[in-house]
Amino acid sequence: MSSVDYQLVVGLEVHVQLKTLTKLFCGCSTTFGAAPNTQTCPVCLGHPGTLPVLNREAIRLAIRTGLALNSTIPPTTKWDRKNYFYPDLPKGYQISQFDQPICQGGELKLPGDETSSPRTIRITRAHLEEDAGKSMHDESSGSADSRIDLNRTGTPLLEIVSEPDIRSAEEAKQYLTELKLLLTYLQVSDCNMQEGSLRVDANVNLHLQRGDELVATPIVEIKNLNSFRAVERALVYEAQRQREVFEDTGQRIGEAPKQTRGWDDNLQVTKVQREKEESSDYRYFPDPDLVPIMLPESWVTELKSDLGALPAALRERLKTEFGLSQYDADVIVNQGPDMVAYFEAVASNLKDAKRASNWIQQDVMRTLNDMEYSLADFSIKADDLAKLLQLIEAGELDNSRGRDVYQWLLDHPGTPEEGMKALGIASVGSDDLLDLCKQLIGEHPSAVSDFKAGKKQALGAMIGAARKLNPNANPGKVKDLLSQLISHED
Amino acid sequence: MTTGIESKDVLKVAKLAKLQLTEEEVKRLVDELSQIVGYVDQLSSVDTTNVAPLDHVLDVTDALRDDIVISSLPRESALSNAPKEDGETFLVPPVLG
Amino acid sequence: MTDSAVELTRGFKEGKWTAVETTQLFLDRINANESKVHAFLSVDADRALADARKVDEKREAGESLGRLAGIPVAVKDLICTQEWTTTCGSKMLETYRPPYDATVVEKLQAADAILIGKTNLDEFAMGSSTEHSAFGRTHNPWDLERVAGGSSGGAAACVAADMALLSLGTDTGGSIRQPAAFCGVVGLKPTYGRVSRRGLIAFASSLDQIGPLAWTAEDTALLLETIAGHDPADSTSAPREVPSYSDTLNQPLKGLRIGIIEDHFEEGLNHEISQAIQTLIQWLEDAGAIPEPVRLPHSRYGIATYYVVASSEASSNLARYDAAHYGYRTSNEDAAENLEAMYERSRSEALGNEVKRRIMLGTYALSSGYYDAYYLNALKVRRLIRDDFESAFQKVDLLLGPTTPSAAFRAGEKSTDPLSMYLEDIYTVLANLAGVPAVAFPCGQTGEGLPISAQLWGPAFEEGRLLQVVHQFQSHTEWHKKRPSFS
Ligand SMILES: [Mg+2]
Ligand SMILES: [Zn+2]
Repeated sequence: MSSVDYQLVVGLEVHVQLKTLTKLFCGCSTTFGAAPNTQTCPVCLGHPGTLPVLNREAIRLAIRTGLALNSTIPPTTKWDRKNYFYPDLPKGYQISQFDQPICQGGELKLPGDETSSPRTIRITRAHLEEDAGKSMHDESSGSADSRIDLNRTGTPLLEIVSEPDIRSAEEAKQYLTELKLLLTYLQVSDCNMQEGSLRVDANVNLHLQRGDELVATPIVEIKNLNSFRAVERALVYEAQRQREVFEDTGQRIGEAPKQTRGWDDNLQVTKVQREKEESSDYRYFPDPDLVPIMLPESWVTELKSDLGALPAALRERLKTEFGLSQYDADVIVNQGPDMVAYFEAVASNLKDAKRASNWIQQDVMRTLNDMEYSLADFSIKADDLAKLLQLIEAGELDNSRGRDVYQWLLDHPGTPEEGMKALGIASVGSDDLLDLCKQLIGEHPSAVSDFKAGKKQALGAMIGAARKLNPNANPGKVKDLLSQLISHED
Repeated sequence: MTTGIESKDVLKVAKLAKLQLTEEEVKRLVDELSQIVGYVDQLSSVDTTNVAPLDHVLDVTDALRDDIVISSLPRESALSNAPKEDGETFLVPPVLG
Repeated sequence: MTDSAVELTRGFKEGKWTAVETTQLFLDRINANESKVHAFLSVDADRALADARKVDEKREAGESLGRLAGIPVAVKDLICTQEWTTTCGSKMLETYRPPYDATVVEKLQAADAILIGKTNLDEFAMGSSTEHSAFGRTHNPWDLERVAGGSSGGAAACVAADMALLSLGTDTGGSIRQPAAFCGVVGLKPTYGRVSRRGLIAFASSLDQIGPLAWTAEDTALLLETIAGHDPADSTSAPREVPSYSDTLNQPLKGLRIGIIEDHFEEGLNHEISQAIQTLIQWLEDAGAIPEPVRLPHSRYGIATYYVVASSEASSNLARYDAAHYGYRTSNEDAAENLEAMYERSRSEALGNEVKRRIMLGTYALSSGYYDAYYLNALKVRRLIRDDFESAFQKVDLLLGPTTPSAAFRAGEKSTDPLSMYLEDIYTVLANLAGVPAVAFPCGQTGEGLPISAQLWGPAFEEGRLLQVVHQFQSHTEWHKKRPSFS
């Protein structure tokens, strides 16, 4: 039996924390990291008699996301209660959206790379809901109790649900990467997994060919996926596990209840979570405390015109307007909108946009990485880099001296020209260059005759010698002039 | 529709509602709920074809708020009604996985 | 002094008496009568007198005074008050102090009213007799062996027993009007959305409204004007101006078309009540109004629809009482280490039977497999009921019928049979389901000397017309001047 006689089938539910200043239904701040229970009020504490009032900004951000995902924005949306008991859910229900989500349908296009071709993952829906609080349990504290912090309670979440269109762990990661990138461009979320502003659950099963029949295994929901890597690993693990369970039990979809499993990052396994038979009956019903929200076409149109350039369109632009390869366009677009703007500002001042792309990928990105800077903190502004690359383009200095100037710019305030001056880089005049080459020809007779005999690489030694005589001499120009002079000797 | 509420139904609903019932209460609720649900079943005789459910009696829509921070409660008052707290958080019996 | 709130505040503003004197007078009456009636769950004389003193100082300083300046007002203990425990008549919230005031309480304070006490109720407003209070039942001042009605039994009884002139109740299915009927006072349930629900502890959010109780239409108008209005903190509150109800009380009744709800005069209605309302109809006709018969074809489904909708919402609204963040927590040892046990024991120990029954019914109606048959279907019938009202109000200006099928019943008489208790609300639940305003007012007495009440209904936001009719009836009759003899 072959080891891959099955097809992995995955749908992802991504909870995205929207970047609002206040909670979904009250005016408490959503700032991360405050001391426990200092960002609460009677409403988000679920006190008796309190009533929710909806945050307009959350609606705006949700529509923006839906439009970018090609979802349909319905003319009205409404609110439902999802009933369950949990200490971090003080009302005993979560306000969510059941049958009229704010974003209906949609799709996310995955760009593809060297190993995979572009694909489209369908989106089922995206709905708004309020987040729960945090419960902390520390065995070592000596106390049996769990500690409940309700600061996060009521923070707006957009739950984006994909169709089960994802076919591999790698593809799940691509989906998440592309989704996160899109959300970043839209400025709807910080997408910070450490701070919990992006959370992923996966619904997983296998399709197996058994004779003429296509068999599906029971669907398992995996939780506690705290990083994209965890998602990838959990899916690989889960595929293997479900395959083995199927071999053992032969259980198909519908023959076992839907199971919830948690990913254990330490042990690198999924573990069954305590199954509460009753927990699946959430008794959704329309929240009588909240009225329907109209989403007039004019508002949606306005938001649509305001989306800005998104990753897929930007990749195309970098390819068609600047002649970048798919790979180069991906790398730059994946760095986010600031980097795209930076690239465009540099490249549009150059004849060869590839030079800008190379410098950004090799130098700028490395610097940002090493120094843990964001582009906003980066001292070499686009104008300066453009000027530097123009000087290189004009032959005023070579790449190697260019890097010296780049380093100087990192360490000093000033322009590239000032950097060149400070580093003593002056372009060598044509008379000086001629003198230099004549001197070289005189001092390297054997190299000259080798070159004449057809050994083109013989010039290498002379170019190296030129650098010692005058470090500012542009090696390309030296090479050109030498070959001219030697050819004319005949 | 026949109601046929049995003690297992009562127990299932009690579990959902987080109520612990004595045997006697279960017995009583089987009777009472059967009677009430039996009475309520008259609604199934009303012709509701093409009738949309009424969730809100008023036509108020679009009650929205601007995204402006309002000061939160001092932690002391947030915790002041808590049955058990440690000055920072609410305390509850252990929450497991 | 006077038993009119309108005159009481006028006299206060004119310097005839002080707020402290008035407050002390009502505190004295509470001292004398409360032990027999048990209308209150808390009375804080010191606080009330301190508040009265502040209002007196305000007057002395020549500051402008609010609409209710110097009047003691009682507030049902389902309405949040920061300075007073708010128990909902439940062991669950026996020591609960809300971290905020209800919007109506803020409005009372802004109007310079004096909060005199928090009144008794059926636990979480679930009941029609105030026998389901965890802190003892309220007695009907007209006959202490009888119930005061409910759930706002304390709110009605404190007015009837002269312990307050103005009182705030809440009405989900008749909880203001039925006790007003049993206690012989005026009780008005406003249009849904007319009065902010912020700080009204929810029983059934789509039905609940806060409303006034008083002896007269005039006083009812005064209190309603004070508490009504749009509240941005309540999404279901109507963004509409509040008319001056007091100013339209004397508009002529001539030509007013009054629909007599025929469905409510059929089986089950006590004969004496029927008679009294016939007399009222005659009076209306003499006053120039035009009575005409009207049918509400779906009104007989009112109770069934109401119990499904109200209990479903209640099952969710009362899930917050989980002993984690406020309220009662069991001291049982098993529950210390087991979250489920903590939830179940705390709720079971602190919630009363009627509350449990409704939570169970609502949970059942919403649960998977039953939702469509019960909850969803009830919402559809609810629309049919509302449509009945819309068609009726195409033809007539107001509707008239009885408030209750019979006068106040004896304590214990219905407490063992939940369904018969539910049927008490047969004429009142419809106004909540349709969201329209309705007022109950005394219009007679039974042979046993118990109050008889009529109910007048209007289209949404027509509270002014309801009060106009009641006021003119009261200007020509004496029923609102009858007082129970116990005091
Ligand atoms: Mg969710
Ligand atoms: Zn809050």
